[in-house]
Amino acid sequence: MNLDWSLLAPEYVLAGWAAMLVSVDLFWGRLRKDWLGYLAAAGALASTLTSLIWLNDDTNFANLIEVNNYTTFFRVFFGLIGVFACVASARFVKDRLLHPGEYYALILLTVIGGSYMAAARELLTAYISLELLSFSLYVLTSYAKFDLRSNEGGLKYMLLGAFSSAIFLFGMSLIYGVTRTTQFEGIHEVLTGDTSGFELTLFLGLVLIIAGLGFKVAAVPFHMWTPDAYEGAPLPVTALISAISKAGGFALFLKLFAMAFLPLVDDWRLFLAGLSAATMLLGNLVAIQQHNIKRLLAYSSIGQVGYLLMGIAALSADNADAASALVLHLAGYVISNLAAFVCAIIYFNWTEKDEIADYDGLAERAPFLALALSISLFSLAGMPLFAGFVTKFILFQAAVEEDLLWLASIAVFTSFVSLYYYLVVVKHMYLGEPEEPTRFPTPWVEYAALAVLLIGVFLVGLGPQPLFNAVQDSTAFIFTGAEAAATVGAGP
Amino acid sequence: MDWAVFATIAVPAGTAGLLMAIPSRHRDVVRYVALMSGSSLFILSLIIFGKYQFDDGGYAFELQLDWLGNVAFLGEKGITYHLAVDGIAAPLVLLTGIVIFAGVFMSWNIEYRNKDFFILLFLMVGGVYGVFESVDLFFLFFFYELAVLPMYLLIAVWGSSTDFGTFVRTKEYGAMKLVLYLVAGSVLIFIAIFATFVEAGQGSFDLPVLGSVTYGENFQKTFFPFFMLGFGVLAGLWPFHTWSPDGHVAAPTAVSMLHAGVLMKLGAFGILRVGMSLFPEGAAFWAPVLMTLGVTGALYGAISAMAQRDLKYMVGYSSVSHMGYVLMGLATMNEIGINGAVLQMFAHGVMTALMFAMVGAIYDQAHARDMTIFGGLSRNMPRHASYWAVAGLSSLGLPGLAGFVAEFHIFVGTFQADYIWAGALGILAAAITATYILRMLAFAFFGPFNERWASLKEMRIGEQFGGAVLIFFIAFMGMWPMPFVDRIAATVSRLPGIT
Repeated sequence: MNLDWSLLAPEYVLAGWAAMLVSVDLFWGRLRKDWLGYLAAAGALASTLTSLIWLNDDTNFANLIEVNNYTTFFRVFFGLIGVFACVASARFVKDRLLHPGEYYALILLTVIGGSYMAAARELLTAYISLELLSFSLYVLTSYAKFDLRSNEGGLKYMLLGAFSSAIFLFGMSLIYGVTRTTQFEGIHEVLTGDTSGFELTLFLGLVLIIAGLGFKVAAVPFHMWTPDAYEGAPLPVTALISAISKAGGFALFLKLFAMAFLPLVDDWRLFLAGLSAATMLLGNLVAIQQHNIKRLLAYSSIGQVGYLLMGIAALSADNADAASALVLHLAGYVISNLAAFVCAIIYFNWTEKDEIADYDGLAERAPFLALALSISLFSLAGMPLFAGFVTKFILFQAAVEEDLLWLASIAVFTSFVSLYYYLVVVKHMYLGEPEEPTRFPTPWVEYAALAVLLIGVFLVGLGPQPLFNAVQDSTAFIFTGAEAAATVGAGP
Repeated sequence: MDWAVFATIAVPAGTAGLLMAIPSRHRDVVRYVALMSGSSLFILSLIIFGKYQFDDGGYAFELQLDWLGNVAFLGEKGITYHLAVDGIAAPLVLLTGIVIFAGVFMSWNIEYRNKDFFILLFLMVGGVYGVFESVDLFFLFFFYELAVLPMYLLIAVWGSSTDFGTFVRTKEYGAMKLVLYLVAGSVLIFIAIFATFVEAGQGSFDLPVLGSVTYGENFQKTFFPFFMLGFGVLAGLWPFHTWSPDGHVAAPTAVSMLHAGVLMKLGAFGILRVGMSLFPEGAAFWAPVLMTLGVTGALYGAISAMAQRDLKYMVGYSSVSHMGYVLMGLATMNEIGINGAVLQMFAHGVMTALMFAMVGAIYDQAHARDMTIFGGLSRNMPRHASYWAVAGLSSLGLPGLAGFVAEFHIFVGTFQADYIWAGALGILAAAITATYILRMLAFAFFGPFNERWASLKEMRIGEQFGGAVLIFFIAFMGMWPMPFVDRIAATVSRLPGIT
């Protein structure tokens, strides 16, 4: 057993930094609170850089945590999400929330949770990481202590989250009962062999695990908490939930199904495909009626979960690149969605408003912000030049490759629907009359963060090859045995 | 000269980028940058059209760059950035160059955020060139969507609403309708592209590669309608044409010119380039349907145009009618008919652009478009009236002008393909066209002079020049169509399944 504790260094950095933030806030009360946010961002960045030490490595810690390119990719990914979440929070938290030290500490803890969801190589570690991520988010959701909606959202999120965790655990126990191991690779090995007599147990276990993870990533019909939690949570926390809880959930979802449950693919493919179809239809159709930007983005993110589930439904031994397509779309979605949320946060900082009708005339008052929000929304809708077009194209193609043309057709149709409600926002920004004609003051730090995200949107949209290669290098590690051999052979 | 095709996409993209860097208060700088870019696109398009060697009708100016490889399910080469021009695309590339060049002159007087206007306009133009020149289906679709997307803002911000007395057709309505219709059409295209890619199993989106495969008959019959309807929406295929009058009327002048003049051709081009060249058997099976819808559109558009009092709605419905001819030409499935369809794309492109330009020129001054309230305008706007007359006469198919050449080819093709009823109805539609065009000329430009409009002046010099360019090509093609026919026929004769 490999007990090389140094493999966990990026998370030491994060945990230590979190503790430091709390004490800095406690003992140096006069420090400007937005600096605390930038300090936290520096911590997330430091952990990101640390994680690069194990680039192209392949090792594990006590068979619990593996450190390979998949882990490294998600460490970097989540670290960067943490950076942007902290930077975007800085002004908001300074003006509106109490106890900023704990707030940023919790953000860093979600990064740890997310990274270990990607790094776990057995069920219990995965579960604990999932809970670490979830608990931090429960607290953050209800962080606006005197806001009833925030408390309501937090409570709903927590109750349903606890319920789903229980379901997830029950599913795990059934799987363990059949396979007598919690190791993903071990499960794969047992499932490849003869499992006759256990079909029903396995199927039930799978269904429960899908339901549990479905809650976390907000797949229909387990999505009920999402709109309320999104609307109630302070805006930067909403951004964080939409990015890290989805991404973390899918990092685990993908790994679990590729690494452990792939031999049962015939059992779960259609089930997941149906879930995916329901998710994208409901998310995108209900989004049409929303008039609050947070709820709109909540339902649109449910729709995006539907697309992501397609990637898992398209997994198979000889379609290993479906996993890469999924992660590529995940990255594209998170970048675009974060950009949209940063816009909403900036606007909220100016006006304290988050209804879509409040965006009237934004193009007159802040042209850059209106442009940036339009670009991020068009990217989410899958329009060319931007990340969404390429990533969706590849992801849908991956599904068609597994004879899921009907699913891809629904996906294309719902993308079209999504264009409508994004255009409504654009319409308000460019055609509405502003309340007053004055320009808003320029928030340089937030604009810089936004510019970086937009560059990402364009880079992925116009030249996805580098990102795709990185994704492919990482997903090569989540296949075991024969499938791994097939994947490695797929390269040039 | 391989760079010429690449440059037609790089120049608009670069212009959009350059314009972003110019502070928006320098309105004149913005205009001159747009003019420079428009003229260089015009010259580039002339070069491409002129230099295209039509001996064998194959692809020329080929450029192929790797874009996304190494994806297992996308095959060995993956997606390539593959550009080329053949004899069908060459006249359409020229058309785009002409219309954007004239369009810049027509947009000269835009004051409200003219920088943003030109950025979006050039993005759209880049998309249009991209569709005509892409040989890789991924990029064809990429540019197709890119050409549609800027339309929303262009119409909604710079467009105009129409008051019908009892109700108002707002520009937001026109913009949203247009974009949603066109993107809904692209849903079908998207699905059919996936299905084709998997069915071909060649691991490539490249059209020549996909074209080298013979698809099963049932597959062709199933998926040809996806391309026919998907692209057909943009081509104004009846009954999915209703976005076209509303959208074109709401749009600002240069956008109507480009959209009715060029973008609608993307639809017909897509049916020909993707649908018919990949699925000849499917096309043969569905040709009677396409013919019926095309004739219906031609007649319906003409009759609707006759009912309009608003000049711009009349031009909008006449576009539906003329695009009906294009679809008829495609449905003949014979060489002369398809030649005619491509000729009609070009002819209709320049003449409808001229008509929309003239509507814009009068609307800028009079802020009215109802033809019945004008009268005898040829007295104070003689050149404007004569430009209208040329566009109108070409539109009704007067020999010696572009419209005649194209429609003649189409009708001959229709009769050759034994659609005698369709040919007869098509000719009837041409007669109706003559009625509404002449009636419009009589109402607005001749007859007793209406003193209310005595203050109207002749068009600006820029508008006169832009219009003159369009008229030159209408007359050129009408009198000497060979340069066009040579190029088109060489490529059309290579298409599979053409008699």
